[in-house]
Amino acid sequence: MMNSTDTPIRIRDLHVRRGRRLVLPGVSLDIRGGAVTGLLGPSGSGKSTLLRSIVGVQIVESGEVSVHGLPAGSPDLRRRIGYVTQAPSVYDDLTVRENLRYFGRILGVDNERGEDALEIVGLRSRGDQIVGTLSGGQRSRVSLATALLGAPDILILDEPTVGLDPVLRRDLWRTFHELAAAGTTILVSTHVMDEAEKSDDLVLMREGAVVANGAPAELLARTSTHDIESAFMALAEAA
Amino acid sequence: MSTTATLATTHRVLRQLRRDRRTLALIFLVPPLLLTLFRYVFDGQADTFDRVGGPLVGLFPFISMFLVTSIAMLRERTSGTLERLMSMPVGKLDLLLGYGLAFSVVAAVQAAITSAVAFGLLGLDTNGSIGVVVAIAIANALLGMALGLLVSAFASSEFQAVQFMPAVVIPQLLLSGLIVPRERMADLLEWVSAALPLTYAYDALAHVTQDGSLDAGLAADVGIVTACIALALALGAATLPRRTA
Repeated sequence: MMNSTDTPIRIRDLHVRRGRRLVLPGVSLDIRGGAVTGLLGPSGSGKSTLLRSIVGVQIVESGEVSVHGLPAGSPDLRRRIGYVTQAPSVYDDLTVRENLRYFGRILGVDNERGEDALEIVGLRSRGDQIVGTLSGGQRSRVSLATALLGAPDILILDEPTVGLDPVLRRDLWRTFHELAAAGTTILVSTHVMDEAEKSDDLVLMREGAVVANGAPAELLARTSTHDIESAFMALAEAA
Repeated sequence: MSTTATLATTHRVLRQLRRDRRTLALIFLVPPLLLTLFRYVFDGQADTFDRVGGPLVGLFPFISMFLVTSIAMLRERTSGTLERLMSMPVGKLDLLLGYGLAFSVVAAVQAAITSAVAFGLLGLDTNGSIGVVVAIAIANALLGMALGLLVSAFASSEFQAVQFMPAVVIPQLLLSGLIVPRERMADLLEWVSAALPLTYAYDALAHVTQDGSLDAGLAADVGIVTACIALALALGAATLPRRTA
């Protein structure tokens, strides 16, 4: 039996309905601590809904989501989880630094943290630019920097690398692994296959169900395939 | 409760407004210009201008802040910043107080400029203190903000949000007694007007500008307006859910 430090995120029989559609028809999943877990699936497969349920901003129908042994969304967890939504959620009419300063004050951290976060996402030179004038990719990085502010021990990232250039994408994944090595639990959704290969653990989702779950190498071995795309297809057809 | 979060929010909202020079110019210049227009529309009827103009000084912030808040909150909802804030350790009340404080500052400046033009340049007469008019104007701004917050929950686009202005604001202005004294309205409308918060805001302003006395009637009006602000804010806070579908 694993305790909550090994698996800080535990999901049991989670049902989520959005409108008339049952988006998650009973998901159970454990996420390992101090690792980068990739959540791979086509759009509409329920990735965002699953992430929102873990953060505690999603209304769920039934089932259990616990984070550090507490029900998802508990006030005590708000300081410990960093969350990046798919669309960058920052103020377009403020500068990068003003955004970080505002959210930093809400989290009760000093301005130094903001500078560190800017460094991590490679936006230090853009600090005084109005967010609305940045490119889409830069805006997502501001959003990511905001999530890093509170030095959370769990980071939930919903497709944070969409539209980023490959070099920056590689750098960010490197950062994810560094943070994970320092003990942060990272759950990152993606639909890019080669990104998925870089995660420590991989969760494959299709139509609201977890099709497979394991280390990328293990999934390749299990399906006798050489790339994640083929493995995904083999597992999806078998399911 | 966290004063840091409240003040940080006030600071942030004011900064956003300050960046938007055109909106600020509209907020500060349109009321005095409209009053100037009224002054010359009622050129031959100085008493009508005196009767309507004074209360209008205090009613403009209600309209401005209703509009500004309904759009600003709609943006917070649609841009995901509200969801981000709700996933952080911050109370809804801290956020709302932060907004309220920021808009009070803007309303005070707006009412001061409008008062200066109305009572200074346009020769509008008031029997009461201009300070009290400005104070009531701030209360009206908060009332507008609270209602704007509430309607922003029912709008899914900025188009819809601005359409709430004529729906929510104009009937209240028509029924408040500003245009026609309430006792001359059809009975049904008089009853309806008794249930609308702006009626009491107008009554308080008419009281101050016409009698000039600070009596129990004025206190009752201000009390009702304050209660309405609290009620609308509480309902508005309920529309800021931690979880959404």
